[in-house]
Amino acid sequence: MSALQPSELDRPALARGRPAAGADPGTASAALRRAEFGDRLRTLALAAPLLLLLALSFGIPIVLLLSRAVYDPTIADALPRTSVALADWNGQGPPADAAFIALAADLSENQAKGTAYELAKALNARLPGARSQVLKTVRQLEGAGGRPPLEIMKAVPFWSAPGTWPTIANGTRAITSFYLLSALDLRWNADGGIERVPPEQAIFLQVFLRTFFVAAAVTLATLLLGFPLAYLISSVPKGLAAILIVAVLLPFWTSILVRTAAWTVLLQKFGLVNDLLLWLGIASERLDLMYSRIGLIIAMTHIQLPFTLLPIYSVMRTIAPSQMKAAYSLGARPFTAFRRVYLPQVFPGIMAGCLLTFILCLGYYITPALIGGASDQLISNFIANYVNVELNWEMAAALSFILLVFTLALFGIFARILGLDRLKMV
Amino acid sequence: MLLSPYPTPGERIRIALLWLWCGLVILFLLVPILIPVPLSFNSGAFFIFPLEGLSTRWYEVVLGTQRWQSAIGNSLIVAFGTTLIATTLGTLTAIALSNEKFPGRRIVMPLLLSPLIVPVVITAVGSYLFYARVGLASTYAGIILAHTALASPFVVVTVGASLTGFDRNLMRAAAISGAKPLTAFFRVMLPLILPGVLSGAAFAFVSSFDEVVVVQFLASAGQRTMPLEMFIGLREKLSPAITAAATLMMALSIVLLVVANVLARRGQSRRSAAG
Repeated sequence: MSALQPSELDRPALARGRPAAGADPGTASAALRRAEFGDRLRTLALAAPLLLLLALSFGIPIVLLLSRAVYDPTIADALPRTSVALADWNGQGPPADAAFIALAADLSENQAKGTAYELAKALNARLPGARSQVLKTVRQLEGAGGRPPLEIMKAVPFWSAPGTWPTIANGTRAITSFYLLSALDLRWNADGGIERVPPEQAIFLQVFLRTFFVAAAVTLATLLLGFPLAYLISSVPKGLAAILIVAVLLPFWTSILVRTAAWTVLLQKFGLVNDLLLWLGIASERLDLMYSRIGLIIAMTHIQLPFTLLPIYSVMRTIAPSQMKAAYSLGARPFTAFRRVYLPQVFPGIMAGCLLTFILCLGYYITPALIGGASDQLISNFIANYVNVELNWEMAAALSFILLVFTLALFGIFARILGLDRLKMV
Repeated sequence: MLLSPYPTPGERIRIALLWLWCGLVILFLLVPILIPVPLSFNSGAFFIFPLEGLSTRWYEVVLGTQRWQSAIGNSLIVAFGTTLIATTLGTLTAIALSNEKFPGRRIVMPLLLSPLIVPVVITAVGSYLFYARVGLASTYAGIILAHTALASPFVVVTVGASLTGFDRNLMRAAAISGAKPLTAFFRVMLPLILPGVLSGAAFAFVSSFDEVVVVQFLASAGQRTMPLEMFIGLREKLSPAITAAATLMMALSIVLLVVANVLARRGQSRRSAAG
């Protein structure tokens, strides 16, 4: 706070304009530069505490998480001898016997250090079925009773199978594209090219597509519901508009969790929505709305509607009604006037609202977790699941990486076309 | 406004349909948030209308049982801690950013807003990973730190708005009159931007009080907050106590955010009066 005063004081009117004509330009501008530099430092010092705190509590954690998507030293750390032995292997066919012996030594050491299971898990992530083979081999090596390690290794068919050594060789490099490719259902094949994983292992593209589909459906629904209401609010008298705006803001100010809770109550088999559908004769029997895609989209639409509506409304408010009247008086039909005079002006608002809703929908977590069924989980839910249940941090990191890239790309478009100021309505 | 002075029948129909559609949209907006309120006063254990009878038994569960009480306590600890840090540091940052001498505002502003844009699961998972390493996981300090990242953008934006019209000559005048920088801040600047600061604080409080995803990853069993208790309750078994908790949370958020918005507006009208 003490930095505040000088930045206010030491800035004579001179600082704003150029040095007076008669003054010595050298010394005056040098002094000016020094003063300006001091000013900058002082304002920076005011912002520094929050910036440092954000770097610590937000920046570092995210960088660390994302780095795990491409940096996985588990296998490299566990197999130091094998890494050396594989250094001059050309990747074709099984490597020299020395590599088998080195691997056997590394495996034994992992067993002795108690890290064998970790290694088995890391290999298993890349090569399904590897876990049991590693653990089996480790046990055999332990109880070898004088049998040479090479013989034991050669006796397990897994270690001579075609895919095994390329995977191990790949794993001994700590920097890896494996997880990022997996997150897009891709992998390296034996020839060093990229291929799709077999259909039975492909899950993530489907999840991304589902996330995009739900986000697009919700965005469309909020536009269909929100646009007419925004138009109505912008064209009724002030008092009525204020009441209508409260109807939009009240849900906007209620937390996502509370609103999701309300929808879980409403969407129950014997809940209000089913009662209403039966009463109106729309449905002839009670529908399973909980744990369904349609229930999820309804609840998300409710939560996102104000995010779409408010930017549209803020633009509509600035359009003078006289413009439409002028269009009519020039002979335009209502639809033509709407399409050619009104819509182009509202368009930035529509873009802002829809992009905002779409971006926020990509990161949805709470509502799918509570209302969506097993086949309605979005990408965020998978990330959480990889952390909480599967304990596969690298996969969670890779999915986060891709989700973040999409989100930031869309946000970049938002900021570029529409400007950051449109976010201020929060 | 909507109808022209000499409306055609077609126009009347269009406007009537517009009203009808908007009426339905407003019902869609309001009914879901209002439904838990009457249900929370139901004396029965089911979510069925008509209510079996009025009672406050579910509020007694939420306010009276140990599980919910400790959740409310945890929520208050975290929200007050977050509000204190986010408001103090956010206000300083807003003051710095409002100075045209601030270097790299175009870079700093998006960085400050980024916690609002990054999907919250990524923030939560990242914090969990890092905080576990440095010993901050399962601590109040860790949760408060993570919430401060999410809450501070609201403070910076709100205080920044109340500063846009602040006349910096007032600070110069105070300094010329002999006020020390701190004195000038507390006696000249702060009173003028106080509505903005308080409304930023209210936003920060609500954003922390309502947050559940970060807490889900960072909190230990003894640190469950009210939203987390609700989240777990919704997953496991649906009890009407949840409607009571939801009603309480909703009431608190709405009251605070109405206050915040009124203050923010007052802050802006006051600055235009001062300027």
